[in-house]
Amino acid sequence: MSESVVIVGGGIAGQAVCEALRERDPDAAITLVCGEVSAPYDRVRLSEILVSGEDPETLQLRPGEWYADHDVELLLGRWVTSVDTDDGRLELDDGAELTFDKLVLATGSQALMPPIAGIDLPGVHPFRGPQDCEAIRAAAAGGAQHAAVIGGGLLGLEAARGIAAQGCAVTVIHLLDRLMERQLDAGAASLLAPALAELDIAIEFDRNTTAIIGPEHATGLHFKGGDRLGADLVVVSVGIRPEVKLARAIGVECDRGIVVDDAMRTSIPGVLAVGECAQHRGLVYGLVAPIHDQARVAAATLVDVEAAYLGSVPSAKLKVAGIDLVCAGEAEGDQEAVVTDGAAGIYRKLATRNGRVVGAILLGNTRGSEALVAAVRSGEPIDDPLQALADASLAGPADLPDTAQICDCNGVCKGDLMAAVTEGGCSTPREVMAVTRAGTGCGSCRPAVIEIVAAAAGGLSDEPTYLCPCRKQTREQLAGRIRDDGLESVSDVANACGTGRECGVCKPALAYLVSEVKANRHQEERDARFINDRVHANIQKDGTFSVVPRMYGGVTTPDELRRIADVADKYHVPLVKVTGGQRLDLLGVRKQDLPAIWADLGMPSGHAYAKAVRTVKTCVGTEFCRFGLGDAIGLGIEMEKAWEGLHTPHKVKSGVSGCPRNCAEATIKDIGLVAVEGGWQVRAGGAAGGNVREADILATVETRAEALRVATTFLQYYRENADYKERTYDFIPRIGLQKIREIVLDEKIGAQLRERLQIAKAATKDPWLERDDPYHPRQFSDLDPPETADTAEPHLVGPPAGGER
Amino acid sequence: MTYACRIDDVPLGEGRVVTLDGQRIAVFRAAGGWYALDAACPHMGGPLADGIVCDRAVICPLHDRRYDLQTGEPLGAGDPVAVHAVEVRGDQVFVRVSTREAVAA
Ligand code: SRM
Ligand SMILES: Cc1cc2nc3c(=O)[nH]c(=O)nc-3n(C[C@H](O)[C@H](O)[C@H](O)COP(=O)(O)OP(=O)(O)OC[C@H]3O[C@@H](n4cnc5c(N)ncnc54)[C@H](O)[C@@H]3O)c2cc1C
Ligand code: SF4
Ligand code: FES
Repeated sequence: MSESVVIVGGGIAGQAVCEALRERDPDAAITLVCGEVSAPYDRVRLSEILVSGEDPETLQLRPGEWYADHDVELLLGRWVTSVDTDDGRLELDDGAELTFDKLVLATGSQALMPPIAGIDLPGVHPFRGPQDCEAIRAAAAGGAQHAAVIGGGLLGLEAARGIAAQGCAVTVIHLLDRLMERQLDAGAASLLAPALAELDIAIEFDRNTTAIIGPEHATGLHFKGGDRLGADLVVVSVGIRPEVKLARAIGVECDRGIVVDDAMRTSIPGVLAVGECAQHRGLVYGLVAPIHDQARVAAATLVDVEAAYLGSVPSAKLKVAGIDLVCAGEAEGDQEAVVTDGAAGIYRKLATRNGRVVGAILLGNTRGSEALVAAVRSGEPIDDPLQALADASLAGPADLPDTAQICDCNGVCKGDLMAAVTEGGCSTPREVMAVTRAGTGCGSCRPAVIEIVAAAAGGLSDEPTYLCPCRKQTREQLAGRIRDDGLESVSDVANACGTGRECGVCKPALAYLVSEVKANRHQEERDARFINDRVHANIQKDGTFSVVPRMYGGVTTPDELRRIADVADKYHVPLVKVTGGQRLDLLGVRKQDLPAIWADLGMPSGHAYAKAVRTVKTCVGTEFCRFGLGDAIGLGIEMEKAWEGLHTPHKVKSGVSGCPRNCAEATIKDIGLVAVEGGWQVRAGGAAGGNVREADILATVETRAEALRVATTFLQYYRENADYKERTYDFIPRIGLQKIREIVLDEKIGAQLRERLQIAKAATKDPWLERDDPYHPRQFSDLDPPETADTAEPHLVGPPAGGER
Repeated sequence: MTYACRIDDVPLGEGRVVTLDGQRIAVFRAAGGWYALDAACPHMGGPLADGIVCDRAVICPLHDRRYDLQTGEPLGAGDPVAVHAVEVRGDQVFVRVSTREAVAA
């Protein structure tokens, strides 16, 4: 005869124990006693219902038949009032008695209502159950003038969003000076507040509510210091209080919650506790994910199988449409990598302690969150957090391991989703969600579920253009290998996916690809580079080199000009020339003189020798020109500084013209900006070299910041997707202007592209600093002893005597 | 054989020029071993030591002509370039500079 188990409380925890136990023991007699009148439902989705007004019936975790099918006795609207653990008996509020061999307490918690005056007034609500949800919604939609939400935590913000969605003015009242202080650091919090403001949610910080003003119905709040705020709808969301009344009455040891050990046992034999009522190793979790882990362990304990719950790393997603926020673990570590784009509202952070990942915050762009949250959970050791952030932002759900948990609400891993397709015969995301229940909780994982199912269910076919014909591998395939196998260098790629031959044509292309995919955190191998990139200067017909220092936007100073003149004298530079790119070129320089010249110039490299961001030509613009509509010089300089040092599939030349007269020739540049009445035109794909092509208009935008943003987004898209040596004038027609516009103007994709650009940019360094720290001691010198090399006339390599021309 | 350089003087996969017996010689440290060619490309005198080394060939940086490092033969169009024997002893590299006649023969 199998044992009888009574579970007290039909929340997510009660239901989870019920399911985990039934899975382990088909015969156990299970009774689930629910104080609430509805069958177990998904509390998490109340936030959603507050916005949409959907029927709470839709929240049910399982359809009514499920309980009969699984032989679970479900008692609704009944409270357990007393328990006799010696006899294994308990009493319900209607006087009925139940017997049990084992008891599970899953009594959850209640919203914490602080003991301030007026807390009981009509118009004041917690946000915990379906009734609260309905009451708040009815008031917000039905004539409340101004709502106040006390508490700027996750739940408070979700409540405020629900209220704002009904068209009711709402202010979040927060005790501290920043939101969600338990999950976020100051940087993320400072970006969250403006994002909420855009959703019509006002926030007041440093407000300590001392009373709710009545007398018959809430009319306002009273703050410490004497200030007041009018409010006829007040939602209180300041925390939870574990429901331990029954446990205390039974004599079970309680602290904040019911104290349990690693097997989920309480101080009384045969009595377990799971969920928000339980306190494990000093912690009470207010989240769903830990509940599933706890329930699995409790079920094992119930059938006398040894199992241990070792605690959970808390993670949360803010369920506010329009704001993407995922956080896990601790907000701060002893080492932190942060990538932020204030204008785009993006903040991504990875915190480590002693070399292990302890926390992640992803705001505005949550790409790669599954992998990062998994890393936080497992406390993965990591050397380069910034690189991990970069990798995550590139990785799609398809790159995740099978063990990565995709749906936190229902504890579904990627492997479960894959199995539903490959073994379970599902072919659509909808079917997979129905079978696995992934995506049916808070819903925030749905995009990931769809992507994984799509990848598992269908294949891709594409006409290949090979990066190198010897390898018969495309740029995309090689990039995939570099990412997946963590290849760091050109020789890694050759070893991992080469043919054993190397024709050489592809070496510089691979060198670019590795650096691009690895966001400049690759292993540099100079032998794979063309001579120009080995010595950061352009080789000339006689084997000498040219030196073009950077002059941002074509603007220079008397001091720079003097240094250039001095260098030209000192090193007997044969020719100084103004280039077509608005800067100065020192031509005919000996390789061994390069480091000293760079040092004397004290100017950064202009990358005139590289497939990289070259010049930004500018005209005088509003600074001086009587026709100027935009600050061409200022924007040109800003743009050049923002992109300087980035390598590209082919050279990228830019121009910024202050008006459509276009004196900077911006319309024949790879990327060109032209100030027009009311804004900026952003163009790309122009050229006037071997090919002459007018640049296409990507967009016309209102502000300078937007213009730079669109241009930057295009630059990164080109960096990631063009074939090596494919100029923008070939790239745009190949991809299609329409598609490029869609991608570059898409807010989310755009933000991701810019973030990756920023990460790559962060690892760039002026190549001319190699004068102090050369790649090889003989990077700039030949093998002859220095005496002969230095005193001899420049050793120009000429045609050999009698050689043909 | 004449001493040219120490092994570490030439980065792996690259070439460097050295003057031996009055001739400019490009010494290469390829994955498959050491090689030496005349420093100037027979086409227009391009500095072969600055070329990309791959398989057993070097690509001239000026106009991409390609020469077999062992034989000096062009892979494709053009004239051959003189090759010189190389020997590594310990960490030192020695070259036997061949005369122009020897190449012609
Ligand atoms: C120095 C400069 C000429 C000058 O004295 O003004 C120059 C010099 C060279 N250009 Fe240029 N280009 C220079 C501005 C231009 C411009 C005008 C401009 O940028 O405003 C163009 C036309 C615009 C364009 O590219 O759309 C230009 C179109 C080219 C092309 C043709 C590109 C094409 O796709 O059609 C090449 C060949 C190539 O890239 O394969 C080229 C290649 C070259 C190279 C690098 C040839 C080479 O591979 O060695 C020349 C180096 C000569 C040397 O001995 O150093 N250069 N070149 C200019 C440097 C600008 C700078 O400050 O960085
Ligand atoms: C609006 C909202 C949004 C949320 N969003 C998220 C989110 O995005 N992510 C996340 O991880 N978490 C979220 N949470 C928290 C999450 O909902 C809770 O952690 C989880 O529901 C707790 O489940 P539980 O079963 O432990 O407790 P409860 O849901 O409180 O269930 C306990 C049940 O026990 C019953 N009970 C108590 N005493 C007795 C008794 N003596 N006899 C009979 N029955 C009794 C109660 O009536 C209750 O139904 C959210 C919570 C709310 C309110
Ligand atoms: S047009 Fe050019 S590439 Fe040309 S010479 Fe002038 S410089 Fe060279
Ligand atoms: S000089 Fe060597 S290929 Fe032209």
